[in-house]
Amino acid sequence: MTGAGLALDEIDRGLIRALAEDAQASAGALGRRFGLSQPACWRRIQRLREAGVFRGARLDLDLGRLGFGVTVFLGIKLATKGRVSLEDFERAVSAIPEVQLVEHVLGAFDYRLRVAARDLPDFERVLRRRIMTLPGVGNVEANVVLSEERRPGPI
Amino acid sequence: MLDDTDRRILRQYQAAPGVASAELAERAGVTPSTLARRLAAMRAEGVLRGVRGVIHWPALGYELEVSLRVTLDKTAPRAFDEFIAGARGVPEVIEIQTFLGTVDVRLAVVARDLGHYQTLYREKLLTLPHIADIEALMHVALVKHDETVPL
Repeated sequence: MTGAGLALDEIDRGLIRALAEDAQASAGALGRRFGLSQPACWRRIQRLREAGVFRGARLDLDLGRLGFGVTVFLGIKLATKGRVSLEDFERAVSAIPEVQLVEHVLGAFDYRLRVAARDLPDFERVLRRRIMTLPGVGNVEANVVLSEERRPGPI
Repeated sequence: MLDDTDRRILRQYQAAPGVASAELAERAGVTPSTLARRLAAMRAEGVLRGVRGVIHWPALGYELEVSLRVTLDKTAPRAFDEFIAGARGVPEVIEIQTFLGTVDVRLAVVARDLGHYQTLYREKLLTLPHIADIEALMHVALVKHDETVPL
């Protein structure tokens, strides 16, 4: 059951799940797993990629062992809509290296951010010096991540 | 422990996870065999857990993404465990985070359209156990999503 005219069978769904887990799995290895020849598997993967099923890939790193012990989700409400352009805010917030994700949302906040910091004092530094000083920023709500789980989703 | 070479490799790799290994070696300023050895060591140590494909849900017909910010009734002793176990049973839930802060849990939910979301929300999400308060943010646009860290 998908929209956008992209028909998927059980093997396609299996391939999407496998590539979400390991973006670099080879067509040969996936073909053996799903009972396809290497070329047939490659064609299926190619079709999925061309349909835009993957936005890209990301490294799954143990951030704690890389010295980034704290992840914080921020909700930001702009104080002066109309006076500061959304583009200016988005450009400035995207340039902060500790900001991993910026999403424009509708609801109690205008933007949600994901921020990786070394520890709480480092987070406070990023918040005070980089985020609170952004053009147009108003109310900010911070939630420190205690645990995170990514689910396979409805495939 | 990671040294400067490892960090340089990860810095280049996270900026372009799809790049071929010869190209990555060049960008990181190491030989292909050093690259292979360092990456294998970081995988074995669990620093690099994997390279994940990021699904673009609209291409699969899921046009809507919503963040549900949930406050739980903490007077119930197993509120977190039971709520999360229930959320895992809803396939449209793609992320679950627990927090120290204003809200307790966030669920990222994908839906085909508003009608589908409304059904999901009423029948599968609002019925999860121990919800004291729930608030939705509808995603409009992803501005930055590389999920990199300044190594």
